Amino acid sequence: MTLIASREWLLTEQPASRGQARFGQAYRTWLALRGNRLAMVGLGITVVLILMAIFAGMLAPYDPVQGGDLRTERLLAPSWAHLMGTDDLARDILSRILYGSRITLLVVGLVAVIATPVGLFVGTIAGYFGGWVDTVLMRVTDIFLAFPQLVLALAFVAALGPGIENAIIAIAITSWPPYARLARAETLTIRDADHIAAIRLQGAHSARIIWGHVVPLCLSSVIVRVTLDMAGIILTAAGLGFLGLGAQPPQPEWGAMIAEGRQFIIDDWWVATMPGIAIFIVSLGFNFLGDGLRDVLDPKARK
Amino acid sequence: MTTADIEPEGRHGALPPWLLRLGRLLLSLVFTLFGLLLVTFVIGRVVPIDPVLASVGDRASASAYHAVYLKLGLDKPVWEQFLIYVNQVLHGNLGESVLTSRPVLDDIRDVFPATLELSTVAILLGTLVGIPAGVWAAVRQGRLSDQIVRILGLVGYSAPIFWLGLLGLLLFYAKLGWVSGPGRIDIAYEFDVTRVTGLMLVDCALEGQWPAFWNAVSHIMLPASLLGYYSMAYISRMTRSFMLQELGQEYIITARVKGVSEARIVWVHALRNAAVPLVTVVALSYGGLLQGAVLTETVFAWPGLGMYLTNSLGSADMNAVLGATLVIGAAFVTLNLLSDVLYTFLDPRVRRRG
Repeated sequence: MTLIASREWLLTEQPASRGQARFGQAYRTWLALRGNRLAMVGLGITVVLILMAIFAGMLAPYDPVQGGDLRTERLLAPSWAHLMGTDDLARDILSRILYGSRITLLVVGLVAVIATPVGLFVGTIAGYFGGWVDTVLMRVTDIFLAFPQLVLALAFVAALGPGIENAIIAIAITSWPPYARLARAETLTIRDADHIAAIRLQGAHSARIIWGHVVPLCLSSVIVRVTLDMAGIILTAAGLGFLGLGAQPPQPEWGAMIAEGRQFIIDDWWVATMPGIAIFIVSLGFNFLGDGLRDVLDPKARK
Repeated sequence: MTTADIEPEGRHGALPPWLLRLGRLLLSLVFTLFGLLLVTFVIGRVVPIDPVLASVGDRASASAYHAVYLKLGLDKPVWEQFLIYVNQVLHGNLGESVLTSRPVLDDIRDVFPATLELSTVAILLGTLVGIPAGVWAAVRQGRLSDQIVRILGLVGYSAPIFWLGLLGLLLFYAKLGWVSGPGRIDIAYEFDVTRVTGLMLVDCALEGQWPAFWNAVSHIMLPASLLGYYSMAYISRMTRSFMLQELGQEYIITARVKGVSEARIVWVHALRNAAVPLVTVVALSYGGLLQGAVLTETVFAWPGLGMYLTNSLGSADMNAVLGATLVIGAAFVTLNLLSDVLYTFLDPRVRRRG
C-alpha cells in the first residue's frame, strides 16, 4: 500500500514541492535506466567493486602484502586453497586483487573529484563570458587536448616522480579538458535563455548566475561524460602502473601486478591474467553504465 | 563561436573561402605547437624540484652539474629560459639523451619509422575491418549482429592493451606458434637488410629479401592486429552512427522508390556520403594509435618511439622523455589538422562556405 502510494507521489504530474519534482525526476531516470539490461549489468559491477573495496579486509583469505612460504607456495596454479593462484613472492593473487580494488576506486574517485570541478569551472566561465576570456581558456584547453592523454600523463609522472599520488594528479591534469569543452558548449546554449536574462535583471552577480543557474544545468551531461571516461581513467592508471610509474610495490595495484606477472607469462599464465580480468570487468562495467546513462540523460546523443 | 565565424562573406575580397579556412587552420597549428612547447617546458623546468638533477641524473659530478645549470640558463628569469628553449627546439636541438649520449633528435629519427610502420599497418587493418563492420551493424540495427559489433567494440574500449598483448603472445606465439615473438625481425635476418627507409617491410621488399620480408610480416601481425582492433572499435562505432544518419535521409527513400538495389543504396549512395566524416575519424584514430603504441611497443619489444619513451622513463632521462612527448604531441596535432584539411577538400559544402 505504502509502496504504491509513494510511487504515485513520485510520478505525479503536479509535484507540490521542488523536492518532490526532483525526486520524481530521479525516479523516472532510474525507471528508464532499469530497462537497459547492459546498464544494469554495469551498475551491478560497479556496486560489487565498491563492496569489494569496503570489505576487502573480511573477504580476502590471505594477507595482500605478506607472502606465504617462499619454498613451497611460490607460483602455485589456481586451486581451492588459492582460487587465483599465487605469485612469485608466494602471495595469494585473489587477496591482492580484492585489496587492489581500493586503489582502483581511489584513483577513479579522486580523478573525478579533481577533474570535474576544474572542467566545469573553466568551461562555464569561458562559455558565459565569451570574448577574449573564452578564446584564452579554450586555447589552453586545446593545448592539453593536443597530447594523447597517456603520453602527457607519462611526462607529468616523469617530472613529479613515480607513485600513486602523482599518478592521480597526472591523470587529473590530463582529464579535465573534455569536460571544459562540454561545459562550454552547454553554457553557450543556456546563457541567452530567458530565465538567465531574468536573473540578470534582478541584479544577480555573474558568479552567482554561473554557480547557481548555469552549473546545475551543465552537470548532468558532464556527469555522463565522466562516467563514460571512468573506464579510460582505469586503463590509464593501469597503464601507468604497468610501466612502473603508478602505485609502487608492494601495493597491490592491478596494472603493476600484470607487469610483475609478465616474466612468468609462458609457464605461469595466471599471475598476469587474473589482474587483467579484474581491470577488464571493471572498465567494461563503467562503459556499460556510462552508455546506459547517456541514453537516459541525454536523448540527443541517442542513436 | 569565434568572431571569424560570423563575419560576412564578402569582406575578404577575392580570396576563396577554403584558402581562408586553410590559413586559419595553419595559424591555429602554429599556436598549438607553441603551446606544446610551453607544456613540455613547464614539465621539464618548473615541475621537477631540481631540473638539473632531472637532466644529468644523481651520479653527475659537481662540475658537470654546474655546467648544465648554466647551459639550461637557470640563472636567468623563467621567461628568458623559455625563449632559449624555444630557440633550441626550433633549431632541432632537443638536448642530449643521458641513456644513449646522443642527441635526442637523432635517436627519435632512428626509432620513429618502427612506430610509423606499426601504426600504419594497424590503421589499415582497423579501417578495412571497422568500416564494413559498422555498415553491417547499421543495416541490421537492433538485431543480433548489431549487438555483436557493439559488444566487440565495448570490449575493445575496456581491455588493457598491454594485457591483451601478453595474452596474445602467450596464445599465438608460445602455445600455437602461429606468429613470431617480440621484436621486428628474427636476429638471423637482422643484418641482411640494409636500412633505406627504416620501414622493415618496405626495406625487405626493395631488396627482394622475401624470406626476411615474410619473417617481418609474422613479427608485425600480432601487435598490428592488436592496435588495429582498438581503432576498429572506434571506427566501426562511428561508421554505424554516420550510416544510420544517412540511411534516414530522404534521398535514400527516393532511391528505394526508383527501385535501386538495396546493396547499391547502402554501399554506394549512403556510404559515399558517410565517407567524408569517416575520413576525419580514421585520421583521428591514426593519431590515437600513437598512444596505444607506447604500451604495445613495450610489451612486444618493438623498437619504436613508445619503447624509447618508456626506456627513457625507466632511467629518468628527462630530455629524451620530453623530446619524445613533444614529437608525439606534434604528430597528433598535425594529424588532426590533416583531417580538418581533408574534410575541407572532400566536402563541397565546407569548401564553399569556408
